[in-house]
Amino acid sequence: MKSFGYTITKDRQIDYDANDRRLIEYVEGIEPSIRICMECGSCSATCTAGHFTDFSIRRLHTLLQRGETLHLRKEIEKCMLCGKCQLVCPRGVNLRNLILIIHQALDKLHHDL
Amino acid sequence: MSKTAIIIGGGVAGMETAGQLNRLGIEVVLIEKQASLGGHLKNWDRLFPDRRESQEVFDYLEKGMNDGISLYLNATISDIREAGGKFTVILEDGRELSSDALVLATGYDLFDARKKEEYGFGIYDNVITSAELEEFFRNNKQKNLFEGVQSKRVGIVHCVGSRDEKVGNLYCSKLCCVTGVKQAIEIRELMPDAEIFCFYMDLRMFDRHFEEMYYEAQEKWGIRFIRGRLSEAAENPDHTILVKVEDTLTGLPLKMKVDLLILLVGFVPSPETKRLAGMLGLKEGDDRFLCPSDEHLLPNSTDHPGVFLAGTLKGPASIAATIVDARAAALQVAEYLVNGER
Ligand SMILES: Cc1cc2nc3c(=O)[nH]c(=O)nc-3n(C[C@H](O)[C@H](O)[C@H](O)COP(=O)(O)OP(=O)(O)OC[C@H]3O[C@@H](n4cnc5c(N)ncnc54)[C@H](O)[C@@H]3O)c2cc1C
Ligand code: SF4
Ligand code: SF4
Ligand code: SF4
Repeated sequence: MKSFGYTITKDRQIDYDANDRRLIEYVEGIEPSIRICMECGSCSATCTAGHFTDFSIRRLHTLLQRGETLHLRKEIEKCMLCGKCQLVCPRGVNLRNLILIIHQALDKLHHDL
Repeated sequence: MSKTAIIIGGGVAGMETAGQLNRLGIEVVLIEKQASLGGHLKNWDRLFPDRRESQEVFDYLEKGMNDGISLYLNATISDIREAGGKFTVILEDGRELSSDALVLATGYDLFDARKKEEYGFGIYDNVITSAELEEFFRNNKQKNLFEGVQSKRVGIVHCVGSRDEKVGNLYCSKLCCVTGVKQAIEIRELMPDAEIFCFYMDLRMFDRHFEEMYYEAQEKWGIRFIRGRLSEAAENPDHTILVKVEDTLTGLPLKMKVDLLILLVGFVPSPETKRLAGMLGLKEGDDRFLCPSDEHLLPNSTDHPGVFLAGTLKGPASIAATIVDARAAALQVAEYLVNGER
């Protein structure tokens, strides 16, 4: 077939129904404090990793809530597990544990992420 | 000779103002256009923030309605006249009632959700309003909300008819955020397995206990919050609803299917209030709710001597705030009747 050079652009839209939320459900099961995040952004504001890379722990968590896991394995490598995020979180969300559990889960659930 | 006050509107504000004035020894006439007292309160099931039965509040108010109060139900006012500091209210059936002071307590109307056509209320089966949900709770307490329907996911839409210049309402209705969170918890109690989402722009949990309810909704009940205003809702062939929103916290557009969509309708000024305000030359604000003569210092007085305001005809307010406002109004009226204009 003759190629005209057109391709299909991938939709940026979050398709909630198609997404897989098993990972966040697993994480929330072990670390329930994840649920009470109110998206204030204090964690990302203090995160050193976020100062030097485009890493945002707040956004990572929000995306995970929506079942968006693209590049997740690469993203969590940026976290240095310093715990500053939890220190400033007004609701005491244990984000460091979020990262640790994701590591665990990725092995356990054999997620191909 | 004892003085008389006429209260127009028998909702929370009117009932409490009437009861309070009556306890202060003033003769009270209460005029209500509907067949019964209570106003919107009669349509709600359990109240935020503590989810007590609305009936309890009504019972308290009703106790204040003793013999000293002349009650006119099903009454339509055709005119209000004034001569020599006396008011005469003329009813449609020709009866004339007179008094030394007048209190307007005519309340608010609910926003007509059909005006937000893009949400499909009145067109799609599974789009309802928060007020309808209250009615459901009142009438079918024992039954599962979604009997017959395989409901798995519920969306709750904030700010319907509020904070929206397109429908002419720039203001915030103040109480729909907390109503939404309350209803989310109530739905969760009925359907432990459902996924429940609130679509909000800001959560305005301004009053005592409200923020704690938000916390509880997340922590205990697993209610999910997505920041973004719905752009539209569309019906699927199976009568589920497809909603579109920008998830502004990830910066990505998002779509999802819900089985039931609940619209948190706001407060709007009532045409009846406008009509009576017109007869008395009262002023309204840019938001079209009535304005007292001084919002800080004289929240119940008007520029018209002898005419007072109580309740949500001045804008969105909770029942607790309305009760306080009604008592303040009663005191202002009593003072006026004893000492004259200040
Ligand atoms: C969906 C929803 C849920 C809510 N839930 C809660 C809750 O859980 N807790 C809480 O604190 N608050 C709640 N509120 C707020 C509550 O409804 C108000 O605070 C309360 O109803 C205000 O009382 P009101 O007397 O000022 O007005 P209304 O309730 O509107 O009463 C006005 C009365 O005046 C009468 N009237 C109007 N015009 C005339 C006229 N021309 N002549 C004679 N009579 C007239 C009307 O028929 C009515 O009886 C809720 C509001 C909404 C929209
Ligand atoms: S623990 Fe990770 S996410 Fe939290 S502040 Fe440190 S580097 Fe950032
Ligand atoms: S600081 Fe805490 S509440 Fe704020 S966004 Fe981060 S995890 Fe959520
Ligand atoms: S109270 Fe909440 S839902 Fe209601 S108009 Fe204000 S912000 Fe919107």
